[in-house]
Amino acid sequence: MRKLIPAPAPLPSDAATRHSAPHDSAVAHVTGRAIYVDDLPAHARMGYLAVGLSPHAHARLDGLTLDAVRQSPGVIDVITAADIPGRNEVGAVYPGDPLLAERELRYAGQPVFAVVATDLVSARRAVDKAVIHATPLPASLDAVEAIAQGLTVLPVHHHERATPLDRGSAMKNNTQTREAPGEAPAASHCVSGTLSIGGQEHFYLEGQIAQAEALDDDGIRILTSSQHPSEVQKLVAEVLDRPLHSIVAEVRRMGGGFGGKESQAAALGAMAALAAARNHCTVRFRLPRRDDMLMTGKRHPFETHYEVTTDDRGILRDTTISLIGNCGHSPDLSEGVVDRAMFHADNAYYLGNARVTGHRAMTHTASNTAFRGFGGPQGMMPIEAAMDDIARRLGLDPLDVRKRNLYTDQKDETHYGQRLDQHLIGPLIDQLEKQSDYRHRRQAITAFNQENPIIKRGLALTPVKFGISFTAQHLNQAGALLAIYTDGSVLINHGGTEMGQGLHTKVCQIVARVFDIPLGRVRISATRTDKVPNTSPTAASSGADLNGMAARDAALTLRARLLDLAAEQYRQPRDSLTFSDGQLIADGWSMPWEALIQAAYLKRVPLSATGFYSTPTIHYDKTTGKGHPFFYYAYGAAVSEVEIDTLTGEHRLRRVDILHDVGDSLNPAIDRGQIEGGFIQGAGWLTTEELKWDDKGTLLTTGPATYKIPAYSDTPPVFNVALLEGHPCSQATIYRSKAVGEPPFMLALSVWSALRDALSSLTNYTTSPALDVPATPERILLAVEAIKSASTPAACPEGADHG
Amino acid sequence: MLSFTLNDHPVQCKSPAPETSALTLLRTTLGQCGTKEGCASGDCGACTITITSPEAPGRYKSVNACILPAHQLAGCHVTTVEGLAKETQLHPVQQAMVEHHASQCGFCTPGIVMSLYALYENRQEVDMVDDSHLDHRIEQALSGNLCRCTGYRPIRDAARAVMTTPSGPRPAQDKAPVPPAVSTARDYLLPTSLSDLHACLARHPDAPLVAGGTDLMVEANARLRTFDTLIDLTRLPELKQIMPLQEGWYIGGGVTFEALLPLAEKHYPALAELLYRLGSRQIREQATVGGNIANASPIGDTPPIWLALNAELILDGLSGERRLPLDEFFTGYRTTVLGAGNYIKALILPSLARHQALWVWKLSKRRDDDISAVLMAASATVTGDRLDHVRIAFGGMAATPARAPALEQVLEGHRLTAARLAMARQALAEEFTPLDDVRASSTYRRIAAGNLIERLYWHLNAVPGHKELTHA
Repeated sequence: MRKLIPAPAPLPSDAATRHSAPHDSAVAHVTGRAIYVDDLPAHARMGYLAVGLSPHAHARLDGLTLDAVRQSPGVIDVITAADIPGRNEVGAVYPGDPLLAERELRYAGQPVFAVVATDLVSARRAVDKAVIHATPLPASLDAVEAIAQGLTVLPVHHHERATPLDRGSAMKNNTQTREAPGEAPAASHCVSGTLSIGGQEHFYLEGQIAQAEALDDDGIRILTSSQHPSEVQKLVAEVLDRPLHSIVAEVRRMGGGFGGKESQAAALGAMAALAAARNHCTVRFRLPRRDDMLMTGKRHPFETHYEVTTDDRGILRDTTISLIGNCGHSPDLSEGVVDRAMFHADNAYYLGNARVTGHRAMTHTASNTAFRGFGGPQGMMPIEAAMDDIARRLGLDPLDVRKRNLYTDQKDETHYGQRLDQHLIGPLIDQLEKQSDYRHRRQAITAFNQENPIIKRGLALTPVKFGISFTAQHLNQAGALLAIYTDGSVLINHGGTEMGQGLHTKVCQIVARVFDIPLGRVRISATRTDKVPNTSPTAASSGADLNGMAARDAALTLRARLLDLAAEQYRQPRDSLTFSDGQLIADGWSMPWEALIQAAYLKRVPLSATGFYSTPTIHYDKTTGKGHPFFYYAYGAAVSEVEIDTLTGEHRLRRVDILHDVGDSLNPAIDRGQIEGGFIQGAGWLTTEELKWDDKGTLLTTGPATYKIPAYSDTPPVFNVALLEGHPCSQATIYRSKAVGEPPFMLALSVWSALRDALSSLTNYTTSPALDVPATPERILLAVEAIKSASTPAACPEGADHG
Repeated sequence: MLSFTLNDHPVQCKSPAPETSALTLLRTTLGQCGTKEGCASGDCGACTITITSPEAPGRYKSVNACILPAHQLAGCHVTTVEGLAKETQLHPVQQAMVEHHASQCGFCTPGIVMSLYALYENRQEVDMVDDSHLDHRIEQALSGNLCRCTGYRPIRDAARAVMTTPSGPRPAQDKAPVPPAVSTARDYLLPTSLSDLHACLARHPDAPLVAGGTDLMVEANARLRTFDTLIDLTRLPELKQIMPLQEGWYIGGGVTFEALLPLAEKHYPALAELLYRLGSRQIREQATVGGNIANASPIGDTPPIWLALNAELILDGLSGERRLPLDEFFTGYRTTVLGAGNYIKALILPSLARHQALWVWKLSKRRDDDISAVLMAASATVTGDRLDHVRIAFGGMAATPARAPALEQVLEGHRLTAARLAMARQALAEEFTPLDDVRASSTYRRIAAGNLIERLYWHLNAVPGHKELTHA
């Protein structure tokens, strides 16, 4: 530019408020000005896409009669698998997810053909006129049966560990690495159980959507609601058989993701791009809620079995856990999901001799996918069930059993060989136990239950230890692009996406912190694959860890250039220069940020830079099941108090206390929001959110009328949430903070454990009632009925073991 | 032509097709995209807007635009999220939402802002001084707004803060003149008198009738249904009357559940407790007493109550006016004696007699904004311990809302003792064979319904220490 704009006056300092800055789009959210893909202005020639879905769980596809579809009013184009110029495949890791079905229908809800019309209603009306000719085939609809029949999407995997004491015997007999039950010392107690864990619909409020625009140079621009724009770009390129540099994927914001837009959004981008390329126009593809729920994958349901032995104090000696993840019809992300379930089978406990097995069952249902916690929540449940069972068996408070089994500095190695480098969980639980008044409330609840025949209360404290990093090593990298303009305003781009979690706010804060300038000087724009290439999904809670570091790296590069300039130009000792509250200062010298930037421009200092980060030290050997897959762990614990009505199974969450570890928080307000939101989402999964299919494998719960996520009144009236203070992350993470997206989800296991506690009161805490999840009123009532019939003398033979 | 005011600006647009929703009109025709579609079935509240209708100009109703017939906007003041901030000054509700970090992804936020806006604009002195009253009001206001991100705590804090802060000087509401409420559409008929209505029915005897639209519009959205003609019942003052009668109350068929609440709170507290959980605020603002009966769903929340209270209906229309007990109204699964060209003019609800009690218990997976798995409504006069005039009806147990005559007979004239309870359970078990569906299994319905009789037993026998599930 020939003439600089006048340097603007410095902004007022925001040093006092920057730490808990509001979401960068907060004002746009509350005024309705925040734009989501469906809010974009319509182009003059715009197509709207709808897909025809498989009515069968499993069938041979014999043909399609689409004449009436083509003739339907408003139809522009009808697309089938034969029309795909490149690969008919949108699987994230392994193949198995065709964009449109070709010869086989593999789940009810699978897309079979697409219609482009002048408006969405015309497209949907046309879809209804198709005839799908198919021959139904036997369908796999039960995960346990699938494993029995060898129907899997990927091979089984094991973690196995013999403790040092037993290593000798294990070495002698290398086919058996744990004690056989018969060899166990005399004072030993065995508990076992099965636990069936339901899936979960993401129910992001904004359904899946993508809009593709055909550009004049054979390029395609996709505006997508995706956690992984680089994967949208890659799959569009493969479907269209075009090079990656001709495809741009862009995400401004999502109306919620939760993992549901990590791999599942790509199919929409690819479909819209294919339609746009064929018709040289702009095409919008939004799934109505019903189609979204039928077509896209959910949290994996798990079938689990556990068997543990303990000593008289309830301390684990041997632990055997079997996890069957119901993966749906294709692998999608199930390798990582079941691995993560296995990595979290210990939750926060030293398992002793351990054998953890992970199966990946194939069923003819939508391919289950990432969802906050990524298998971790399901993986933790068997050992938490066992903790309660042990307590009942030994007549102990479940909290004491949990505390005795926590990792300590003597027992600090997980069943997959990673050592813990921070021993936070014991002290954290002690602090929460006091803060929540656990012991007094335990007494009060026991007294309440003795007085009340119908209403029973329950209390539980459960911990969380959650490993942070992608378990696929190469994904642990990130890039950023930073630009400073001549008025001193800063624009940061990075590979992470904003789905409500406040990532963009945190990244802006990081950049502002490097230069110590007001947050108002820093702005973030949409995530675009042509600004920062080859990005990883915003997932695994890694968004701020990875992209924050990359943004900081870019900012540090520019910071060094600015310091070099100032040292040379203004003859200040470089070591004495610091950025402080909107100024560059040295002894008796200062310069406003805005003036410094103009000087740098005029001195031809480059004012843009890229940044990069890759997580150090992580590795994992799949052949041995050993390694150091996580950079660090995040910890937390929650105490939940519930009340059940034993006549109806209705239950209420009365009070929740949470203490959670985020290292040194990047933004306490945002972190608290993640903790509370994750907890309530977890509580929904465990109580009211129930997926149901008919006996032919078609999902019945296809909307919010039948699928019930937590509503306003489900939030507990007392909800105390605190961040653990004074424990920076032991690893060199971004400003010693810790990831916060997923770990709090699992704090909700305390709700389920408290429900079991309330049920256990019916037998004066002598039995540990099984309680599959979701623990709906129906499941609670049936559990009560089971207890009642078991305690009827006639129905309870002497010496029956309810352990 | 359809005329209304939108955010204080007059709007005139081409008459939309009868099944068009207000949301489609706003987002597609008028390009106002602040209001979001989350479900298109009235369950999530992302599309919440407020309307003030000509007959109650000071009252802000929060409604789901996705299932509101666009034609019902005629003559109303409509406010959407875009209309709240004046220039750069946020409305106090918006300001509180920002300050309390109450938005994350932002997609549900416009709906939550609008529900709180309605609450704020309708607020009364008592809301500011009584915490538990305020919490109840907030809970009612937000009962139909789902948020998947925040866990609601910051929204609760924002709501409490804004509702207890005295409003400062507010920008004057420059209300644009209200356009006439007359709709000129030929396929969406908005009669304003009963004689108009009868003329419409005579011309279009097979046209569906629409009141709140909370069922019909869900169906239209999901199945892409179209209608040649719809006859709308919402502009008929006669259908909105609530009048005392010798024997009880005359409740017009077009009375919304929100409008019924004051009567219920005063005279039928058990009914009021149920109404707090019927659908959501947005649904209760639209759904009507007559609609909930006429659609004859086996899981409608109110018909069992009316059956238990021995209510009667006044039907009118092409077959002329007639009065019949509600007992005789339902003929089978979603079928009634009503007949085409007829409508429910009123419900005649008997007053509770001296010593007459009413119990209403609804069981659902989620406490708020859910459909009953089982609902039991029971009424009896209680003298000493003895039950007389026992009437018990259930929802969710049969193809229609249904009384349980054998059960009633077991209890009639008796004390509900433990032995009588066992007989009652047995009678109930023989009376119904409930269905399995997504909401509950047949087993659950059977056991839970029997246990509701046991709950009645605990109530009547006032056992010391007996408590109800604490409501948050």
